[in-house]
Amino acid sequence: MHTLTVAQLMQGLRDKQFSSTEVTQCLLQRIGELDAQYNSFITVDADRALAQARAADQRLEQGQTTPLTGIPVAHKDIFCTEGVRTSCGSRMLDNFAPPYDATVIKQFHDAGAVVLGKTNMDEFAMGSSNESSFYGAVRNPWDTGRVPGGSSGGSAAAVAACLAPAATGTDTGGSIRQPAALCGITGLKPTYGRVSRLGMIAFASSLDQGGPMARSAEDCALLLNAMAGHDPLDSTSAEAPVPNYTEHLGDSLEGLRVGLPREYFSEGLDAATGECIQTALKELEARGATLVDVSLPHTQLTVPTYYIIAPAEASTNLSRFDGVRYGHRCDDPKDLHDLYTRTREEGFGDEVKRRILVGTYALSAGYYDAYYKKAQQVRRLIKQDFTQCFDEVDILAGPTTPGPAFGLGEKSDDPVSMYLEDIYTLAVNLAGLPAMSVPAGFVGGLPVGLQLIGRHFDESRLLNVAHQYQQHTDWHLQRPDSAAGGSN
Amino acid sequence: MAIDRNEIEKIAELARIRIADGQMDDVTERITEILQMVDQLQAVDTGSIEPMANPLDAVQRLRPDVVTEVDRREAFQAIAPAVEDGLYLVPKVID
Repeated sequence: MHTLTVAQLMQGLRDKQFSSTEVTQCLLQRIGELDAQYNSFITVDADRALAQARAADQRLEQGQTTPLTGIPVAHKDIFCTEGVRTSCGSRMLDNFAPPYDATVIKQFHDAGAVVLGKTNMDEFAMGSSNESSFYGAVRNPWDTGRVPGGSSGGSAAAVAACLAPAATGTDTGGSIRQPAALCGITGLKPTYGRVSRLGMIAFASSLDQGGPMARSAEDCALLLNAMAGHDPLDSTSAEAPVPNYTEHLGDSLEGLRVGLPREYFSEGLDAATGECIQTALKELEARGATLVDVSLPHTQLTVPTYYIIAPAEASTNLSRFDGVRYGHRCDDPKDLHDLYTRTREEGFGDEVKRRILVGTYALSAGYYDAYYKKAQQVRRLIKQDFTQCFDEVDILAGPTTPGPAFGLGEKSDDPVSMYLEDIYTLAVNLAGLPAMSVPAGFVGGLPVGLQLIGRHFDESRLLNVAHQYQQHTDWHLQRPDSAAGGSN
Repeated sequence: MAIDRNEIEKIAELARIRIADGQMDDVTERITEILQMVDQLQAVDTGSIEPMANPLDAVQRLRPDVVTEVDRREAFQAIAPAVEDGLYLVPKVID
């Protein structure tokens, strides 16, 4: 039962092959049995999950179903859940039980989903390895000596290990796609503004975007149907109409023009990973797509641009954590200044502090033009690269990451080398585009992800391409040995 | 750009983050590495390019200036570290 996709679970629940309570019990039991080796969950609320499942079963019995009735999901611990701890992977929010639900949480609730728990993540979503969590590193189900990627590493590991059929994630510079690639699952980062950011704890507000992580493109489409839409409470929420994302899954790829950015296939890409991607591209060609050589000339500048803009926005967003209104507060502050500085010293981890300091520097008097304004100008050049490509092609394709999962601790002492892990994913956030990572093979037993990048609001096309690819490959159906035990 | 210890102290003060003396050298070294990496941007000719703050070049949406929020003071203060009589408590600011 634990290996079923969301689509299969929906069918099984409708046909009364099993109940939501049975599915939920099975997954809760698996989490209890297996998650000690992954650490993918921060909070599991079994009683609440089972109560939701029982209520879902009653609705199913009465025929009052909504799209995801009775489907268990896990939420990244960045989405505020009313009355349930929402830590954002930080000591700062270890004691924080929000007074309201994020819009995404409400949407899943309204669609009938059951919440298994909250998944582990890099602190405040700042990281590419899930090692910066206050709750400890998450381990990759394919090799527990390696990282799952980050920052949505807990969501990726939980889905890969069949502890949850699907999960939410957020992506500021690759945080859905990179862990999806390293854990062998399918993840979608929607267009900026497509999914509400209300109640999604802010890291970099002009880059952050929530999205689905699941075991197939079809499941991502089903989840996006629940998540997408305009939210008047999020001032950057897009008002573009929301299509039914499953409608075009079955379309033929005949005539599709796929651009291959040559900068994504140059030095720095692991050779074996590159071969997996080439094989995947041949599969798209076999389905009728045409491959076109294109260029994103400012690719090398995406890392420095991102590492000014994201920390600058983070330093502003994280100024709200002051030890006064909620979250951590230091003991016995001697004055207000001591309260602020010691609360923040104790509450934030090293990487978060580094980014706040870099961001504060980039925004400070005398440096603003040289850093922040400059980065915002280069950001436009980066976006224009994509605009030019999309005059010629329908989507772009390439690797999600330079190589497969690296070892725990391998890069954690070297922030800059960790930042370079995101070389193929950052530009998409800077340009606000939708993109996916789709399982496309293995290197030494570790998954490789194919990245697909689309035009603004063209999620349907990405899902269509990914689904057609998955109809003719079985990489997304592979399961790690470490998840073979446990209840089923 | 190299950054010295004094500047780190100044930024940390602006960001209201205490850095223990023993960690100051390590923090300075890491921040310097990051700033050296982002300095690549200085070589780019950005001339008159308009800075991009929003990837869709969207502008702030405005709403009518009417009260829409409900009063949830008690729910908000229930999760605060220290409150009294509906007020948030902080160390004494004025003697």
